[in-house]
Amino acid sequence: MTTAQLIGSDPGWLILVKALIVFAVCVLLTLMSVWGERRIVARMQQRPGPNRVGPFGLIQSLADGVKLALKEDIIPTAADKIVFIIAPIISATTCFMSFAVIPITGEVTMFGRQTAMQLTDIPVGVLYILAVASVGVYGIVLAGWSSGSTYPLLGGLRSSAQVISYEIAMGLSLVAVFIYAGSMSTSDIVAAQTSWWYAVVLFPSFAIFAISMVGETNRAPFDLAEAEGELVGGFHTEYSSLKFALFFLAEYVNIVTVSALATTLFLGGYHAPPGLGFTENWLGGWFTAIWFLLKVVTFFFVFVWLRGTLPRLRYDQFMQFGWKVLIPVSILWILVVATLRVLTLENASTAIVVAFASTVIFIILAINVGFENVKKKKDAEVPEGDNKSEPSFAVPSLPTLPIEISTINVSKNSGGNRD
Amino acid sequence: MTENLEPIKPKDLGINDVDFYEVDQTPTVGFFGHMRGFWVTFSTMFKKPLTVEYPEVKAPTEERFHGRHQLNRHPDGLEKCIGCELCAWACPADAIYVEGENNTEENRMSPGERYGKVYQINYLRCVFCGLCIEACPTRALTMTNEYELADDSRAKLIFEKADLLAPLRAGMLMPPHPMYPDMNDTNYYKGDVKQAHPSQELDK
Repeated sequence: MTTAQLIGSDPGWLILVKALIVFAVCVLLTLMSVWGERRIVARMQQRPGPNRVGPFGLIQSLADGVKLALKEDIIPTAADKIVFIIAPIISATTCFMSFAVIPITGEVTMFGRQTAMQLTDIPVGVLYILAVASVGVYGIVLAGWSSGSTYPLLGGLRSSAQVISYEIAMGLSLVAVFIYAGSMSTSDIVAAQTSWWYAVVLFPSFAIFAISMVGETNRAPFDLAEAEGELVGGFHTEYSSLKFALFFLAEYVNIVTVSALATTLFLGGYHAPPGLGFTENWLGGWFTAIWFLLKVVTFFFVFVWLRGTLPRLRYDQFMQFGWKVLIPVSILWILVVATLRVLTLENASTAIVVAFASTVIFIILAINVGFENVKKKKDAEVPEGDNKSEPSFAVPSLPTLPIEISTINVSKNSGGNRD
Repeated sequence: MTENLEPIKPKDLGINDVDFYEVDQTPTVGFFGHMRGFWVTFSTMFKKPLTVEYPEVKAPTEERFHGRHQLNRHPDGLEKCIGCELCAWACPADAIYVEGENNTEENRMSPGERYGKVYQINYLRCVFCGLCIEACPTRALTMTNEYELADDSRAKLIFEKADLLAPLRAGMLMPPHPMYPDMNDTNYYKGDVKQAHPSQELDK
């Protein structure tokens, strides 16, 4: 019996209970992750981190939440009031929604009924998650736009551009998974990974997904939308009190959701790591939830680790990386995967598959060598000693300044062409 | 290129006309070079935090840290301050207020002619520069290492003489009391007085 059939027979009250559990898990994970992130980043900087409220500072995030809720809620005069209020609600609700299709456990008994800890299982579960995530972008865009202020507008623009472009790479990286699993339903994809995780089989997809999910969640080193040094607070500059708390919540729920999605699609979801398959029957199947959570926490740790290590990318480099590297690479990878898959399904001989694979590797190596040569040539082209070559980036002309001409020792001819 | 040099109008100047030099690029670090950064943060996690958890743990200050002031006493308990106001004059922040008064035989607070009747230091103004300590001719004023000078009102941060005076130690008597027998203020200054004499004790 598939998970879809298993869940399909759930009575209404069980669905309600599950919804509650999913919500509770989400909120709890978020609270824990805020605390965890602060503690881990602190340790990476040789600080203790929050350790005042509760044991080990565990309920620090709760205290922060209360503090935020009690603060004055300011709505700027220039803001579009209705949109301003709706935006954080969109942000916060959508990120919870995607958790509905994440399978947390395998088959378990819940209040005397055979079911699985997954709120719902739709045939296009992963597409649903992508769709919900896209709606979540509206929260950011609308927040930036409705604030009636420059920094939020720029921050909103940035993050929407960012999320949209990295969503493409993310979606493309999932195609290989769909091709291999033969389904878009999350539970089917997990079921297809009983022997081999897709992180191993489809490593390039996994790498692209891992990178783009950091971009998708606006997290460091891709946190351009809230680049403090450039945009104050980014899209939520004008937000305060509970509305700000909602954005804050949304960010962390998003991280948890994306980690859960990555776990589901690439790390075998609730399945135990290879060699520990016998643990899946412990606690009447509930032990699988522990494996699932462990994997999610691992992903979360990587998120924190990235934040603790890497500086923020420059905006144009970031967009270039998304459009000129991630997307083309994933398209090529899809071609390769699709061909391999067709060859396998058509029962092609191993020789053909190997031949195809080696051709692909050969082409990639050839492209790489060619690229390196071009790069070397380009480096060699720079003439020695001539320091006055034109900058390669676009430069606006200087405003007319009362410059002492005699102090500038340049000829007119050596100046760049400024058209 | 010198033959091309000709006057140019300011409006023709662009950023490209300004000399710039290519910075020597360090060679690319490669994959493992990038990974080293991750190792730095990861290994730091297992090091002991450097934080001093202040209210619970108080790290000792440097020996000569400029903290709260103290008005010292002679070994027999008489005050060292002679009310000369040099500290007040030395103070760049105008944080010290002194009023001197004559010592009398019935009411002797310090050896010699004068003593500081009113002595106030305003810690809202004090910059802890230590010029007052340098100015003091009798070493009456020194600084302690005490740095916890925070309070909830301005008035509480104006320290009076009673707040600043050093406590009575063994062998000291609470002034006012007469000087050590057969000693004058110069003896006091030179440190000949080691402790209070029984005759200095005033009749109760």
